[in-house]
Amino acid sequence: MKALVFGSGMRIRGGSPAAPKQPWKSVASAPRRDAVPRQGFSPREPQGLKAPNFPIRNAALEGPLFHGTAEFRGMTKVLIIVLAIWSMTSLFAGWATAQVTFDRLVNSGKEPQNWMTYSGDYSGKRFSALDQINTTNAHSMVAKWVYQTAATGKLETTPLVVDGILYATAQDDRAFALDARTGRPIWMYQRQIPSDIRPCCGHVNRGLAILGDKVFLGTLDAHVIALDAKTGAVIWDATAADYRTGHSFTVAPLAVKNWIVIGISGGEYGVRGFIDAYDADTGERKWRFYTVPGPGEPGHDTWAGDSWKVGGAPAWNTGTYDPATNQIFWPTGNPAPSNRGDGRAGDNLYSNSLLALNADTGKLNWYFQFTKHDEHDWDATQVPVMIDAGGKKLIAQADRNGYFYVIDRTTGKLISATPYGKTTWSDAKDADGRPIANQQASPTLEGHTVCPGALGTTNFMAPTYDPLTGLFYVTARDQCDIFSKAPQPYEAGHAFYGSAYFPSEESEPYLGFLKAIDPATGGVKVKFQHTSPTWSGALSTAGGLVFSGDAEGNFIAFDAASLKPLWHFQMGGAVYAAPMAFAVDGKEYVAIAAGSAVYAFGLP
Amino acid sequence: MFRRWLVGAVGLVFLGVVMHATAQNPLASDPKAAKAGEYEFRINCALCHGLGARGGGRGPDLTRAVKKHTHSDADMFQVISNGIPGTAMPANGTNGQGVGMTDEEIWQIITYIRSQEVKAPATPLGNAAHGRELFYGDGNCALCHMVEGKGGRLGPDLTGVGGSRTRESLIDSVRNPSRRLAWGLTEATKEFPQEYESVTVVTADGKEIKGVTLNEDSFSVQIMDTGEHIHLLEKDKLRSFQKSRQSAMPKYDADVLSDKELEDIVAFLVSVGAK
Repeated sequence: MKALVFGSGMRIRGGSPAAPKQPWKSVASAPRRDAVPRQGFSPREPQGLKAPNFPIRNAALEGPLFHGTAEFRGMTKVLIIVLAIWSMTSLFAGWATAQVTFDRLVNSGKEPQNWMTYSGDYSGKRFSALDQINTTNAHSMVAKWVYQTAATGKLETTPLVVDGILYATAQDDRAFALDARTGRPIWMYQRQIPSDIRPCCGHVNRGLAILGDKVFLGTLDAHVIALDAKTGAVIWDATAADYRTGHSFTVAPLAVKNWIVIGISGGEYGVRGFIDAYDADTGERKWRFYTVPGPGEPGHDTWAGDSWKVGGAPAWNTGTYDPATNQIFWPTGNPAPSNRGDGRAGDNLYSNSLLALNADTGKLNWYFQFTKHDEHDWDATQVPVMIDAGGKKLIAQADRNGYFYVIDRTTGKLISATPYGKTTWSDAKDADGRPIANQQASPTLEGHTVCPGALGTTNFMAPTYDPLTGLFYVTARDQCDIFSKAPQPYEAGHAFYGSAYFPSEESEPYLGFLKAIDPATGGVKVKFQHTSPTWSGALSTAGGLVFSGDAEGNFIAFDAASLKPLWHFQMGGAVYAAPMAFAVDGKEYVAIAAGSAVYAFGLP
Repeated sequence: MFRRWLVGAVGLVFLGVVMHATAQNPLASDPKAAKAGEYEFRINCALCHGLGARGGGRGPDLTRAVKKHTHSDADMFQVISNGIPGTAMPANGTNGQGVGMTDEEIWQIITYIRSQEVKAPATPLGNAAHGRELFYGDGNCALCHMVEGKGGRLGPDLTGVGGSRTRESLIDSVRNPSRRLAWGLTEATKEFPQEYESVTVVTADGKEIKGVTLNEDSFSVQIMDTGEHIHLLEKDKLRSFQKSRQSAMPKYDADVLSDKELEDIVAFLVSVGAK
């Protein structure tokens, strides 16, 4: 991999060789023309109206056109207004594009100091080209700052960093912006959420999207909102669905072109899943793809009777995007009810699938279903990581069902499926090489043991692919559960599992790992065993490091080749989030959320 | 979707917000509500409290008419809503286990639990007074276990165990102590509690320490040795570190402790724990 030398001795590897030298060393101290006084202006008014000292607009009002008769003067008044509005809007748009443009997101490899999407780039690799912190000095890392959110429950956020400002979320739909060098807050937002929301798995949120001068938050009451990136003020608020029927958002949205793409949660309530795209400027919905096909649509016949109406297949983890083909890859979750297949005979498309959607229309190009007719709650909502290898354009996904899948992303055809943890549910593959469930796997009234358990070999925790080692790193656990059926009718807004499951009676404890998988073979090349299973995601960097956290509260830097820990820090709370890396003033930081706080680490 | 991670216990920290329910269960003794509550129980509670509410070896047996933390239905509503601080019992809807319940669903569960309650046998199977003698005497239980402030520290404090475990699980713990290790420290944000694992380490200077694990992570371990000394150790500085799921508690076979004697000890624990 070609190494480029940037300022401050920081070498950028794995990025584009054509990447120009970026002025990011001085970004945080750049002139702040955006430093508009926060008090006294409404975010709904174009900011240009109250900042009349920009020569570009004044120049537009001058010249001979604006002299003449009264009638002409009347016309000129109109023209002045029109031009003023035009100049203001163009100016406003100019500001917006000066911030995070789609072009910047597509070329995020050129600015490794920033982390502008949930997974760091559109490919989902969660790889940072920064290498100031590396295998030779990681042992000396220190905590730089801690930001206490004061939120309780699980903190699942991945921060974004753009030009020295860190944006993140916390439970109960909190969002905040921090000085990324010091952790000091610039603004804080918290939504007033209705008291009767009941998201399935805690009042969690996994992060924001950023585009233009706005950040975007999916809320627990199923709204999508745009916040002013400089103030946290609400710019627009779009209702996606009725939260009272179990819809919610916990996912970090993905900004693609001018759309904010987001998937719904609610597989435990029998929602009909969907993926939406909203206009980033207005909040108007551009398209919706229902993950459960309606009557007349292909795939509808994979649902018995009316079961499609409450079919689930939510889309609660952030997908990836291929600019070359303008396709969004977005994974879906369990069919509902999650652990009872009675009443929904069929494959139950497009539950537990990877969808390739046209970014402009939301039309389905292809799909790949990991687990057909799922009865074990094995959502396929893991980040689908785009990998180019051996001249092939691939997607690698470590699935909750215990298999590591490699898929051709131009066709959706399966290339390989290999177990990477303890599995008992399949002992055969179909003609395409897809593992198929054995007869014994279905839950029974009395209950019986299946591996992996309902939490899966992995879950939502973000994996990472390191192009330098060529390895795919994923948090995994070995745990089996006893699955039993419990008749449970659908009732709007009520939990709809159709079953219960229990940890098996094994005396052995459940095991947790960080595993490095070679996508070429599907084999686990090296692994690290945690003290107990963890929910932490992982980050790889060009410094030869992989970062991850554990349930005991440690943040750990591993040698990417050996997974030997080189450094660790006790954060005092379990990790349910994934790390990311950024740089400000020529200094590299690695950040992660743990307990109720966000931590940033760096060199002394 | 991701849910029901074991006793996440994250919600335990919700102190202060104590919702006072109406004193009366509006669904009391309603058989339909009890049936609905059975399903809710399976989904939300059975993970720890077991099918049929008889205790899963982790959570207490709720079929006992006398409960440690709850007496009235209103108490029970409060405990289900807010959890029990300092224990693995989480607040409703906050632990990621299940989607959380509505008030109505909580009352259904209470109705179900009440329908499953069995009265304690009129005459206890064992002799509690004799059980106390054995516990503190020839049974050697108190060498490692405390009851009401008296006894050893190496094993779990058994003061409340008679109120929270079934007779069967207590007997099993004595006869087969390694079958299911007892839970120790529960941390607020951690998924799994620490278990009473046995541990043997050899320090850099060759000293061997045998004991039980108070807590552990990938880099350090906190041990209580058989002499009740606490050792705080960094793993990479040890010559060897070996954990075992063979309980430090000796297996009490019938030739060591007869069935009758064991019933007496259980009767003693119940007399204390179910107070």
